[in-house]
Amino acid sequence: MKAFYVMILALKVVNHVRIHKHPILDFPEKKVIHFTFNGQPQIGHEGDTIASALHALGFKELSKSIHHKRARGFYCAIGNCGSCHMRVNHVSNIKTCITPLEEGMIVELEEGLGRIT
Amino acid sequence: MLKRLGYPSLEQVKSCFPQQDVLLKPKAIIECYEAIPCNPCETSCPVHAITIGQDINHRPQLDVDRCTGCGMCIHSCPGLAICVVSLKQDQAIFKIPYEFLPLPHVSDVWHGVNRAGEVIAPVKILEVRSTPIQDHTHIVTVAIDQQYLYDFITIRSPHE
Amino acid sequence: MNQREVIIIGSGPAGLSAAGILLRAGAHVAMFERSPLIGGQLIKQTHKFFGSQKQYAKTRGYDIAKKLYRDIEAYQDHFELHLEATVVAIYPDRVISVYRQGVYQKYQAQAIIIATGASERLLSFPNNDLPGIYGAGAVQTLMNLYGVLPGKNAVMVGSGNIGLIVSYQMMQAGVNVKAVLEAAPNIGGYKVHASKLRRLGVPIMTQTTVKRAIGMTAIEAIETIRLDEKWQPIEDTETTIPIDTLCISVGLTPMHQLLSMAGAEMRYISELGGCVPHMSSAHETSIRNIFACGDVTGIEEASSAIVEGQFIGLIVSERLGYALEGYHLLKHECTTELGILRCGPFGEKIRLGQQKLKGGSSCSND
Ligand SMILES: Cc1cc2nc3c(=O)[nH]c(=O)nc-3n(C[C@H](O)[C@H](O)[C@H](O)COP(=O)(O)OP(=O)(O)OC[C@H]3O[C@@H](n4cnc5c(N)ncnc54)[C@H](O)[C@@H]3O)c2cc1C
Ligand code: SF4
Ligand code: SF4
Ligand code: FES
Repeated sequence: MKAFYVMILALKVVNHVRIHKHPILDFPEKKVIHFTFNGQPQIGHEGDTIASALHALGFKELSKSIHHKRARGFYCAIGNCGSCHMRVNHVSNIKTCITPLEEGMIVELEEGLGRIT
Repeated sequence: MLKRLGYPSLEQVKSCFPQQDVLLKPKAIIECYEAIPCNPCETSCPVHAITIGQDINHRPQLDVDRCTGCGMCIHSCPGLAICVVSLKQDQAIFKIPYEFLPLPHVSDVWHGVNRAGEVIAPVKILEVRSTPIQDHTHIVTVAIDQQYLYDFITIRSPHE
Repeated sequence: MNQREVIIIGSGPAGLSAAGILLRAGAHVAMFERSPLIGGQLIKQTHKFFGSQKQYAKTRGYDIAKKLYRDIEAYQDHFELHLEATVVAIYPDRVISVYRQGVYQKYQAQAIIIATGASERLLSFPNNDLPGIYGAGAVQTLMNLYGVLPGKNAVMVGSGNIGLIVSYQMMQAGVNVKAVLEAAPNIGGYKVHASKLRRLGVPIMTQTTVKRAIGMTAIEAIETIRLDEKWQPIEDTETTIPIDTLCISVGLTPMHQLLSMAGAEMRYISELGGCVPHMSSAHETSIRNIFACGDVTGIEEASSAIVEGQFIGLIVSERLGYALEGYHLLKHECTTELGILRCGPFGEKIRLGQQKLKGGSSCSND
């Protein structure tokens, strides 16, 4: 069973690769940043936002719509649309697309409106 | 055709080429069919062979006699709309802009591709130039059968 | 409250160019930028810009941002830069409220320049909210700033310059772009950009749009449909394309919210992309000492945003009593330059929009 999950995880990683070689840009190796997503330990890179790190890991669903609970991914990546709101370090409604990833962050999917803290 | 499909008709392409005997020396071929506000081709040419003028919306005009085929305009054109062409025996020699990886190596044989993106004939890679001033727009020199003079536009890796 | 001489909101080419002139004239400038990076749209542009060589054409977008920033770096003692700082409100007497990492702060300035740029339009079709559907800007941000691929197989909706350029950038990053869809009968952007893409084998399908997206928790395919001359769907022309990325690029609209909040007189001008401020010839809004430049005054190009920024920098520096050497000549140059940039066929929309802006009906904004 465990092996099965590892396989899925591995698949996700290959599906949404980071760019290593690019004809115009350089993407040098970056320092690794540890965080958790829904309780599971995950790894991102220095310079990532929370949303870019999750995307690189294959997690495209970042929030759920309030009424119909439809899956939402990020849309604008510049803090305009709100479809990337997540709970970060126990604070609701954080725009993960413009929030830099930091060591030890606790990132969670949120259902509904989120609490005001 | 250009407006609907994104590539010009054969007549349009031919209108950008000089007489074939002129091409015994390398000359720039400028495929910039629209009036757009743009002028780096003009300002980059060391011998002032390209004229756009004060109104930068004018289409570039090439003075073929002046053009030395140096290729400075190739990597200066943000539309990648310029190549340098010459004829040598039964071969057409193209210098084209290329912004993809992997880069070809000299004496490789790659696919020659037409303006619609279709593979038309093999091309031989003669040179790959990547100086800092080109800023990641590599200039690849290739040889292709002369019959593809008006068809060939770019290359594609055969290993895709 | 914190007092400042000039506040600039937005660090795109318009804001940076305005800052450049103001600093040169001797003014003190505080700049607020929502993003962690400086440069606005420019930082994610990896292509060489078209435009006039005078406004850095043939330079790649991110390098233009660096060059503009270099011009102001020399004035560090006059210049204050706040990144990750969003201006959330603007009140009478040129007071703004800035949100930064959980903290709100108020600033007041003698003059405010609003250079907030534009946001992307949405397109409505069934399931348009599935993960894997992004604005073109988001795809660029993901690939070009964070080095993460949006997916493997993509379709682009919209063949304007942005749609064409971002498709090319996706191909460069290693995404397979299966098609570019365009509802209109003709390609919207410059044909040189279209040809660049076409020769890579990417079909540009005019008179075609998205009928719906298919997928449960992420996009798996789209259904396209052909449109007739009257933009009506033609029955039985549906095609399904399996993809994991759908990129939407159907135009930009000015980020007018702060201007509207300030109570500036606004007009709805479709040629300029939406609600834009009514301005004097000095680019001053209906509220004294609040100015606007760049895409927020009408969707255009970086080249014109740069010149507009310089122009406003000049106006504001004079208003504040700084006399920059060659002021009149520089101002004249800016006006001439803008005229040249807008005089071609692609500038027609802007010219028409600006005509309408002078008359025009007022904007019912939210
Ligand atoms: C794919 C693409 C290709 C392009 N190619 C070209 C080209 O080749 N040539 C050309 O001339 N132009 C090109 N452009 C257009 C050009 O990038 C824009 O016209 C130009 O960037 C507009 O400049 P600006 O300063 O008005 O706005 P922007 O560059 O959008 O900058 C606005 C800034 O304001 C910030 N901001 C917004 N609201 C707030 C707030 N409330 N608080 C704090 N900060 C805020 C934003 O984060 C942003 O950084 C291209 C655009 C795109 C998207
Ligand atoms: S090839 Fe050289 S000489 Fe000829 S037009 Fe281009 S830049 Fe000028
Ligand atoms: S630089 Fe290229 S796109 Fe620009 S005007 Fe010259 S040929 Fe046309
Ligand atoms: S994706 Fe739009 S706000 Fe984050």
